Amino acid sequence: MPETKVFPPTLPPALPPRKREPLAWRRPLEAVLLPTAALVVALIIFGGFCALAGANPLGVYGSIYKAAFGSWSAWQNTLIRAAPLMLTALCTALPARLGLVIIGNEGALVMGGLGAMLVGLNLGTAVPPVVAQLAMAGAGMAAGGLWIMLAGALRHYRGVNETISSLLLNYIAIAFLKHLVEGPLRDNSFVTKASSAELNPANWLGVLPGTRIHFGLLYGLVVCVLAYFLIQRTTFGFATRTTGGNIRAAKIAGLPVGKLTLAICFLGGSAAGLAGMVEVAAVQKRVNESLVSNYGYAGILVAFVSRHNPLATVLVAMLLGGILASGGILQRSHNLPDATVLVFQGIVFLCVLFSDSLYGKLPWFQEKMIDE
Amino acid sequence: MSPRQPIQLSRRQVMRGLLATTAFGAAVKLSGCSPNNTEGTTTSADGADGGEVVVGFVYVGPKDDFGYNQAHAEGAQAMAAVPGIKIIEEASVPETSAVLETMRSMIEIDGASVIFPTSFGYFDPYMLELAAEFPEVQFFHAGGLYEEGVHPDNVGSYFGYIDEAQYVAGIVAGHTSETGKLGFVAAIPIPQVLRNINSFTLGAKSINPDITTQVVFTGGWAEPVKEAEAVNSMADQGIDIVTCHVDSPKVVMETAEKRGLYSVGYHANQAPLAPEGYLTGAEWDWVSIYTFLGEQFVAGKSVMAGDIDHVFRGGLSEKFCKLSPYGPAVSDEAKADAEAARTALEKGELVIYNGELKDNKGAVVLAAEEKYEQQNIELEKMDWLIEGVQGSTGS
Repeated sequence: MPETKVFPPTLPPALPPRKREPLAWRRPLEAVLLPTAALVVALIIFGGFCALAGANPLGVYGSIYKAAFGSWSAWQNTLIRAAPLMLTALCTALPARLGLVIIGNEGALVMGGLGAMLVGLNLGTAVPPVVAQLAMAGAGMAAGGLWIMLAGALRHYRGVNETISSLLLNYIAIAFLKHLVEGPLRDNSFVTKASSAELNPANWLGVLPGTRIHFGLLYGLVVCVLAYFLIQRTTFGFATRTTGGNIRAAKIAGLPVGKLTLAICFLGGSAAGLAGMVEVAAVQKRVNESLVSNYGYAGILVAFVSRHNPLATVLVAMLLGGILASGGILQRSHNLPDATVLVFQGIVFLCVLFSDSLYGKLPWFQEKMIDE
Repeated sequence: MSPRQPIQLSRRQVMRGLLATTAFGAAVKLSGCSPNNTEGTTTSADGADGGEVVVGFVYVGPKDDFGYNQAHAEGAQAMAAVPGIKIIEEASVPETSAVLETMRSMIEIDGASVIFPTSFGYFDPYMLELAAEFPEVQFFHAGGLYEEGVHPDNVGSYFGYIDEAQYVAGIVAGHTSETGKLGFVAAIPIPQVLRNINSFTLGAKSINPDITTQVVFTGGWAEPVKEAEAVNSMADQGIDIVTCHVDSPKVVMETAEKRGLYSVGYHANQAPLAPEGYLTGAEWDWVSIYTFLGEQFVAGKSVMAGDIDHVFRGGLSEKFCKLSPYGPAVSDEAKADAEAARTALEKGELVIYNGELKDNKGAVVLAAEEKYEQQNIELEKMDWLIEGVQGSTGS
């Protein structure tokens, strides 16, 4: 028997020296620094615009800060304007995670306001206010949700482009609102403008204690946090993101794409519907065409700037709220035209969206592998 | 992908971006969005010093809209000329909680002690809510129905019987129309709008009893596309004179001129927009009431102390409204009749709503021998269209 030479067992080729994971601080820093830098750039460009229009840029910055964040009263002004935007933004942000571009926010808000008001007017004082408000919120969410679900269903079953259909649904909702308040729902004793009857004061949505901010802000915050957990921490959210990443892969993996589409559209629409309910129950107390005041369209902007992240939505909505709050002071203290605030808003959003394209491209923010 | 990959921006892309930004700035500068320097005097002083009364004006649209807001802004400038008054203005404020915040910020940051929210829709609930919260601030609303005991003491209301000017304009239209068909582009069927339609028609019918007015409601205060469509369809129907009640009559006047129709203006003078066809127009004249109120404020008078009336109403004689100068197409005969009616209205000898009147469904709305004088509150609750008007209030 030939002597078998015992070789030591072959070792796998030596691993390259292990690379230690560095402290992952550059990425989070990137997520903070990039938008901040974008804001600074936007302020500089806007300063140039103000100088062209004959105002002192430094004075303008000071006024914007004073009017938007300079005092508790200014903060309240900002938060009141931000509250509906948090909710309407979700109408675009949630379906976007599934790869849909829904812009029917305005229509969903209108339908939500209408639905809530119909229930509120019919309930009157028959039930305790809390029950009535919950029923109104439920009706608003159902109405807004079903409205956007229509766009989702058209997309899934008939292949209709959801962006176009949801946009057109806005016009239908607004026309429907006008028809109702000028016809069947009209309260003829209210002569200022064609409106429904007034909601019973018992069912009005009050203000947060010690402030003039209505409960809509709380609704917005809670719903945004819930939406974040739904998208990031649940099976449903994972399935949604997977479908958004690659719809064919999702189908092959057996995900119920149709149901997901309908569900996410319903959820998005119901958030905007809730905003409509808040608007009628806390602010207007009647339904009329003032319900159409661009909260829905502004919500689209907020969703895109926040990269469809529900938590970022809260911050972006506050930023936009602050910008809108400062619109008045630009006119009153600096004699700038009323469209200035729109210019400012446009510059800020362009800069933030541009900064979006820089993620992962700036070498300084790359995590470096450290050789040992 | 190399971690060292540089930013993917070529020099060309950077140049393009810079050029676009510059072009944008230049376009904004050149397109007339810059502040109107004639108004610069009003806001130059920083903060209210001592005896100055700060008055806040809120508009629902731009201040240069050839319409409702421009009329108020012109009046505000007249008030600013009163010594001791400083005005602050905010335009394009929607009828939502935004107007609450605007008024609050005028009071808290700028120290305004008088607020003029000029749009109808600001009144209820926004202005009433804030008036209750700030009892020391005076609120004056254009067109709101002040009810003693119901509304707070610091609320005042002012409005003009502009339908007197509409009636006179109707006389001019009645003389000028060859087809006997008039057109009225209206925003929303609320009492003020219906009253204008009815008075205009009554003026025209006083010349030609068979004349008709076709009404189109656009459903909104600013619907330029629908307004243009309405004028075009009126031109196709053989209507030869159009007028309107929308926030900015600009589109209606321009479209009418383009289609070769005669036009009657509203809110402000639109003759520059339709030099050929413009007959006349019913214009607001806020200058006298705003100047008067400004003088009262400086003298320390207030509506809650009872020194200033809660309700101001007036027509042609009180200078709340006026007529645009007659255009080239107005005949001497028409001018004579119009001037006669104007004088009669100013002297109170002519009452526009003089029975018997029927609505356009045949029902009697005002019995024979009955009259609605201008002050009659029934007129501010009008919900019908007079016989001869083609259209429906939709309710």
